[in-house]
Amino acid sequence: MGSGGVQFFFEFTERDLLILAEGAKLTLIISSLAIVGGTILGGLFGWLLSIGGRVGAITLGWVLDIFRSVPPIVQLVLFVNFFPIIGFPLDAAEAGTLVLMMYCSALVAQVARAGIEAVPKTTRWAGRSLGMSYWQDLRYVVLPIGLRAVLPSWTGVALGVLKDSALVSVLKAGELMQVSQEMITRTQQPFLILGIAGLFYFALSFPIARLTEHLERRWQHD
Amino acid sequence: MIEITDLQKSYGNLEVLRGINLTVRRGEVISIIGASGSGKSTLLYCVNGLETIQGGKIEVDGIDVHARGTDLNKLRQRLGMVFQQWNAFPHLTALENVALAPRIVRGLSKADSRAVAEKQLVHVGLGDKLEVYPSKLSGGQQQRLAIARALAMEPDYMLFDEATSALDPELVGEVLDTIRLLAEEGMTMIVVTHEMGFARDVSDKVAYFDEGQVEEIGPPDQIFGAPHSEKTKRFLAKVR
Ligand SMILES: Nc1ncnc2c1ncn2[C@@H]1O[C@H](COP(=O)(O)OP(=O)(O)OP(=O)(O)O)[C@@H](O)[C@H]1O
Ligand SMILES: [Mg+2]
Repeated sequence: MGSGGVQFFFEFTERDLLILAEGAKLTLIISSLAIVGGTILGGLFGWLLSIGGRVGAITLGWVLDIFRSVPPIVQLVLFVNFFPIIGFPLDAAEAGTLVLMMYCSALVAQVARAGIEAVPKTTRWAGRSLGMSYWQDLRYVVLPIGLRAVLPSWTGVALGVLKDSALVSVLKAGELMQVSQEMITRTQQPFLILGIAGLFYFALSFPIARLTEHLERRWQHD
Repeated sequence: MIEITDLQKSYGNLEVLRGINLTVRRGEVISIIGASGSGKSTLLYCVNGLETIQGGKIEVDGIDVHARGTDLNKLRQRLGMVFQQWNAFPHLTALENVALAPRIVRGLSKADSRAVAEKQLVHVGLGDKLEVYPSKLSGGQQQRLAIARALAMEPDYMLFDEATSALDPELVGEVLDTIRLLAEEGMTMIVVTHEMGFARDVSDKVAYFDEGQVEEIGPPDQIFGAPHSEKTKRFLAKVR
């Protein structure tokens, strides 16, 4: 950073950087929980969709479609007002995490279903014909083949959820985006602060991208 | 012994198998020939319980395949199957493909399952491909891998569903040779095939399927030399 910039910095202190880092930490917690929980739930939902036939598509599929197609920001505002009504007074971060998790699970469900359906019937039958149980076939044949098929889609979902966690700022949860916005109001330094926030988001998404890259390299046999 | 009695199988309104009777004794090789859609694959799927049936009965050594209490996972270990489509597990090497079921189904140790796998891969002539992934194998090699994978469960019976029909002509021979080798070793087999010369060579009996029924069954010399049925004659005239 050039010395000419110093005068713009005088209101932005080291303490502010720490505050942003705190916000980033909360963003990390919210989005990790949402992604991990949403992936597990979504995997389960995807499996249910794949075996559920028409009944599954109408019931579960319909519910997931709602989570998938209503903008997450609308869900956030609706649900943060809804939880207290049904007797669960959640704080903003908790409500945001839950909503993001459901949103993530609805997206992952479609990915997981596609992964399961990417495994040809006769490949599964090959496993069963060797005496594998339904669960062994799922674990040793469908899971590894399906994962490889949908890893790029899953990565897209995970990165999307991380970015959508910025929407939790409307609930005043104290995560990175909200902290940044408040700081901008106070310091009037939007470019600097958003630049730093952007770097934090990039740093948070880095492990996801690296994980994908690592798995893809490990799975590449050609 | 595999004993199929009055087997009925339909998909919805489509009757695919309409009263099949067939007996396969220990050590016998039975070939099934017939037009596309006559129900040959479906019969094999029914024999190891991959498909349900609507009527009749299939018994393997006295065990009713489709009875409620039958442990299909256990029964299938005795019925090796090779499919029309190549379906090696793409994420595993040849050795891992073959070693997987012995380890997780038969409960062998990792070392033992790999030893079994290596033995069977050598058996089918893939001893030099142990660490190779299926994507690097030719169709013929993939089908031999599938044979090794089935053999590693030490089955009493082998079911072959047109193992060579998806192969380039120059790769057919190596797979047929492997099946022939098993026949010479005394394996009991049902072989669905459209390789008439092979069926004639290797079989004790040949069954001609027509629209879900056994139109004619007999020794190869009868079916290929002097078929009794007009339909058999017409089919053979067409495929030759
Ligand atoms: N899962 C299924 N659902 C509905 N119909 C099916 C299904 N599987 C097979 N069929 C039908 O059952 C009939 C018999 O099929 P099958 O695959 O057993 O024939 P095949 O003799 O093996 O033919 P091919 O030589 O082409 O392999 C065909 O008319 C086919 O379209
Ligand atoms: Mg077939």
